[in-house]
Amino acid sequence: MVMQALYDTLKPRFLLGEFTKQRDDLAFITVEAVRLHALLRHLRDQEGFTHLVLLTAVDWLEDGQFQLTYLLNNRAKRQDVGLRVLIARDNATMESIHDLWAAAATYQRELREMFGIDFPDSPRLHEDFILEGWQDIPPYRRDFDTLKYAQENYRDRPGRETRDPAQHMKQQLYGED
Amino acid sequence: MAYQPDRSQYPQKKADGTLDIDLASGKYLKLWQGPQHPGITGNMAIELTVCGDEVVEGKTHVGYLHRGFEKLMERRTFMQCFPIVCRICVPEPDFNEYCYAAAVEELAGLEVPELAHWIRTLILEMGRINSYLMYLGGQAGAFGQGVIGQWTTYVRDLMLDRFEELTGARIYHMFIIPGGVRDNLPEGFAARMETTLQEIESTLGDVERVMFHNAVFKKRAVGVGIIAPELLDSYGITGPNARAAGVAKDVRKDQPYLVYPELDFEAVTGKDSDIYTRADVRRRDLLLSIDLIRQILVKMPKSGAVMTKLPNVLHWKIPRGETYIRGECSRGEYGYYLVTDGSGYPRRVNVRGPSYTHSIALFERLVVNANISDVAALLVSLHTYPPEIER
Amino acid sequence: MKEELLKRMVKGPDGVEFEVEPLRDYYCEAGPTVQTPAYTAIIEKLFNWARSESIWILGFGTGCGAIEMRPLMTPRFDAYRYGIQWRPTPRQANLFVISGYLSTKTLKRVIRSYEQMQSPKYVVGLGSCTINGGMYWDSYNTIKRLDDYLPVDLYIAGCMPRPEALLAGFEDLKKLIRAGKAEGANQYAENFEWYKANQKSVIHDWDMPDYNW
Repeated sequence: MVMQALYDTLKPRFLLGEFTKQRDDLAFITVEAVRLHALLRHLRDQEGFTHLVLLTAVDWLEDGQFQLTYLLNNRAKRQDVGLRVLIARDNATMESIHDLWAAAATYQRELREMFGIDFPDSPRLHEDFILEGWQDIPPYRRDFDTLKYAQENYRDRPGRETRDPAQHMKQQLYGED
Repeated sequence: MAYQPDRSQYPQKKADGTLDIDLASGKYLKLWQGPQHPGITGNMAIELTVCGDEVVEGKTHVGYLHRGFEKLMERRTFMQCFPIVCRICVPEPDFNEYCYAAAVEELAGLEVPELAHWIRTLILEMGRINSYLMYLGGQAGAFGQGVIGQWTTYVRDLMLDRFEELTGARIYHMFIIPGGVRDNLPEGFAARMETTLQEIESTLGDVERVMFHNAVFKKRAVGVGIIAPELLDSYGITGPNARAAGVAKDVRKDQPYLVYPELDFEAVTGKDSDIYTRADVRRRDLLLSIDLIRQILVKMPKSGAVMTKLPNVLHWKIPRGETYIRGECSRGEYGYYLVTDGSGYPRRVNVRGPSYTHSIALFERLVVNANISDVAALLVSLHTYPPEIER
Repeated sequence: MKEELLKRMVKGPDGVEFEVEPLRDYYCEAGPTVQTPAYTAIIEKLFNWARSESIWILGFGTGCGAIEMRPLMTPRFDAYRYGIQWRPTPRQANLFVISGYLSTKTLKRVIRSYEQMQSPKYVVGLGSCTINGGMYWDSYNTIKRLDDYLPVDLYIAGCMPRPEALLAGFEDLKKLIRAGKAEGANQYAENFEWYKANQKSVIHDWDMPDYNW
């Protein structure tokens, strides 16, 4: 209820998109990329959502989009709100929010490396973060096949068997017939 | 007279805010602390630029333990993910299991039996004790007090015995499974747990006398590494690091989960926000956990179902949705962000480990102007575990 | 090659310029050599006995198995009674325990640390992930077989192995050393080219000298 009220007051001002209530204290709201920074500032300074819990991305390969999720927490009111921002997958670029939360710079470094999303002006964005000497496409993208990469680069010890769990369990449970 | 450092050689700031460090001038020295170094927590590295014995710039390097869990989970079924999540954090693996299980249950709409909630809380508190005991040994060790580590590791072993009795494993328990827990408590568990708790309490009394009342420890830990309360939100600081700064940030109280609403406790806080206070907050939090375990063992139902009926896990599909589950682990807020797309595999899992912000953004700020010999103690006092940073 | 390894002119704090060629000045160009056994068998036997009774482990927790090292140092399991202890630097250690999976980023540091250790030296692979990838068999960032990259004398299976298993493993290693069969370091010297080729095939940004001891 409280989250719905918050959504209704903010909707006309920030042209919010879809509202999904997950729990009483957690809701997700779709936001346009250009309005995100202003909305975050408003939530942080006026609504008490002062804690940036996480910033991450989801790859919707079929739709050609990245979903960025900014999760904010209001400790006094015991509420969480997740802001979903959909950006194009090709040449993905997003405004940096390190001026609002200093810790966001680290998340943006990780997203740049693992998804290939660019955050112009974010500090130390192009330094290696987790990977070193990585030459393939960013590994968290859906079109990167980790099994294929592992088979091409690292050798198996002979004699290893890999079973499909569904088939294997079927045989274990029901036998041959 | 207080020591006055000579700041004439300090680097100037460039226009973009970074320091103008000319290594060839011979004024500065680059020191690598880690990954192979005794003064580092786990497998990570700090790149220090020092002037004399004072640090002018520090950079955290992580990624040495990266296994790509978030990618691997995208190609495992919901049940196949369960045995690998605990490997994300070694000293306190149970939070991964709980957060993952709770996220899957919420999206799949599963109801967990009452007793399972109690056993989950019990396991999480036992894990917290283990983690704090490791920490106390590490913090004392960073100041050269090796004996504390010997004591705390010994009583941690006793707690691992209880874990072994309950789950069959010392480190990776794999006990909190989506849908409940694997088993009820064994016969006579409460009595044996009480003996273990008494042993830990008596050791903590010794630790308090030898470590917290020690003049050397006080001299080196008081007033060092102060986190100003204004930094908390900007740097995403949670857990004991925030509580030592006087803010009672504790997910167990703020947004209670499992059976915490039924337990009687107050969040432990400190005032001074230095290394000493953080260690003290953790010691008192450990005593709180012991108290909570006693309450749980008394209040929990003695029998009942511990597992709900799951759909066929080989063809288990979860409808499209997203959620975030959080819990208060020994280092701060631990959380799982899970996105499903209606298939039998998670679409995306993101793990929010508290060390992520503590040991990178916050540490790089705190380490400036620290003495080289305090760097290890400062890093330990933030209680970081590298695997939850890079996963 | 890293910039700091290139030949360059350096101006010291006192204003004198001098030339630095890191590969020649800081590292040794000679590769590893095979260590021949002592002249008489009985001396070699004595040496091997001494080596087996002083196993000094390099304190480098490369993976999650490192957590079971801590109990080994404390009274309950007490590895010190077997002459096993932990050292902070590779120069003082002769056993490298690879405690679990190795990401390629760590592998690079492991190779450096291993090459800095003094011969005779031994490698123990701990956990199933060093044997064949274990849980991370399909991960893009962890190697699968440790013995492709370093000469492994002994594997201890488990995920993760209990402290008792580690103690049993170290006892087995002692038997190997006493029997003169723990020849990992010599293997590494003999097949140096092969190991280097394997190492460079997974470390795509090789920016250090080939042999850094």
